[in-house]
Amino acid sequence: MSAPQQTADGDAILEVRDLNFFYGDFRGLTNVSLNIAKSRVTAFIGPSGCGKSTLLRTFNRMYDLYPGQRAEGQINFHGNNLLDKKQDVNLVRAKIGMVFQKPTPFPMTIYENIAFGVRLYERLPKSEMDDRVEWALRKAAMWDEAKDKLQQSGLSLSGGQQQRLCIARTIAVKPEIVLLDEPTSALDPISTAKIEELINELKADYTIAIVTHNMQQAARISDFTAFMYLGELIEFGKTDTLFIKPRQKQTEDYITGRFG
Amino acid sequence: MSLYTRRIWTNRTGIALSMLAMAFGLAALMWILWTLFSNGFAALSWDFFTQDTPAPGSEGGGLRNAIVGSLMIIGVTTLVSTPIGILAGIYLAEFGTTSKFAATTRFVTDIMLSAPSIVVGLFVYALVVATLGGFSGWSGSLALSLIAIPVVVRTTENMLLLVPSSLREAAFAIGAPRWQVSLKVTLRAVKAGVVTGILLAIARVTGETAPLLFTALNNQFYSTDMSQPMGNLPVVIFQFAMSPYDNWVSLAWGGALLIALLVLGINVIARVLFRKKSSD
Repeated sequence: MSAPQQTADGDAILEVRDLNFFYGDFRGLTNVSLNIAKSRVTAFIGPSGCGKSTLLRTFNRMYDLYPGQRAEGQINFHGNNLLDKKQDVNLVRAKIGMVFQKPTPFPMTIYENIAFGVRLYERLPKSEMDDRVEWALRKAAMWDEAKDKLQQSGLSLSGGQQQRLCIARTIAVKPEIVLLDEPTSALDPISTAKIEELINELKADYTIAIVTHNMQQAARISDFTAFMYLGELIEFGKTDTLFIKPRQKQTEDYITGRFG
Repeated sequence: MSLYTRRIWTNRTGIALSMLAMAFGLAALMWILWTLFSNGFAALSWDFFTQDTPAPGSEGGGLRNAIVGSLMIIGVTTLVSTPIGILAGIYLAEFGTTSKFAATTRFVTDIMLSAPSIVVGLFVYALVVATLGGFSGWSGSLALSLIAIPVVVRTTENMLLLVPSSLREAAFAIGAPRWQVSLKVTLRAVKAGVVTGILLAIARVTGETAPLLFTALNNQFYSTDMSQPMGNLPVVIFQFAMSPYDNWVSLAWGGALLIALLVLGINVIARVLFRKKSSD
């Protein structure tokens, strides 16, 4: 069964068309087509190995780091196909940021963690850089906790703080899309709640795509949800509709906990 | 019960044998250190550090020229081998993971790691000393660099390979080009390990004698001219220890002690650095 092309409401910022993904000879994604709506939260759910992280990692060409992984099809972003060989991947990644499952602060001070990414594409005088660091930390709800220890190592923070630092670092570069790959699965419930709150606030300015194992989380924070299974997009639509009245049997089985 | 008793005795025999082996190893080491310390400390004095190596038959003297020469040769070696070694290590770990050129480099590095130092000395002698017509401090540094570089390359590569791929991905994910990811993120994450590798490379070349015999040779007089033959501790020890003069033999002991303490000090610093980093 090939998934029907499905369109979400609102302006699409990313248009995925007939995307196939290969790990060597193994096919990780089969004919995936969907639109990611601008300034909305799109969640990807599905059992382990269903391809949801793989899909997310095609959006910023993360798979490029590994020889043997390749994607075919189209991912259109402002009229360009991101999968095009000529596409500058570093520019793509500056526009489409990513936060990972495990917090990954760089081995430098909190200030430098944020300034590092900004310096890659902008040359700011010290005072403007200070402002940018503060702005990013405020956006990530980290300013109050971090303002007195900007010169301390990012590694000295707690897990939840490290993850918010990673979010601050990502938005400091001013991307248009933020990809979140299971951003709370390594965190305690309180830190998770903080991150979810943050996602809710960020969606005013950024488009967010989040992979999560936690269906309640998808239901709480997302506007649209995509259910994937065995590398295919099974169902995609408004989160409320998908969770209350799923059209596909497999979706229903998964969200009611009958498999997965 | 008999099975149990047998186990106890097997255990005791095993422990006794390993203790014996340890005692044997330690005794040899202690003996060496004791001889070195008792003979070496007797030679240390103010003159030892302020006077130059004495002429045959003359009294007293010190090792000032050899100490300064060794420090200069090793200093240049460090300055040369650190950047080359680190950059090559970065290339192997971050850029050329799959390329043929990297595989070849890795292979050559492994050969260089186990190459006898006298071969390296001869190589530099034939290539530089013989063609440019003279022994010199520079050629000594070159020979020692050839020994130190593979050590630095290997430790740098191994350390970088320990960096979790998640950190590397995170740096790429904000749009950093590969060279920035390597220099500013992954290399920084393993800074302590890389510094340890450099220190161990310095420790390794500090005692090398054979390469210097063919290159820096020796100089009885105080000289800081690297383009001339240069006094250095290992070669002075080699020559003085076999001489018939008592003051020369004594100076050789002092020099040996100095090298031993230097290497010991470097090793201790390396361990402390590495342990501090690992416990983070």
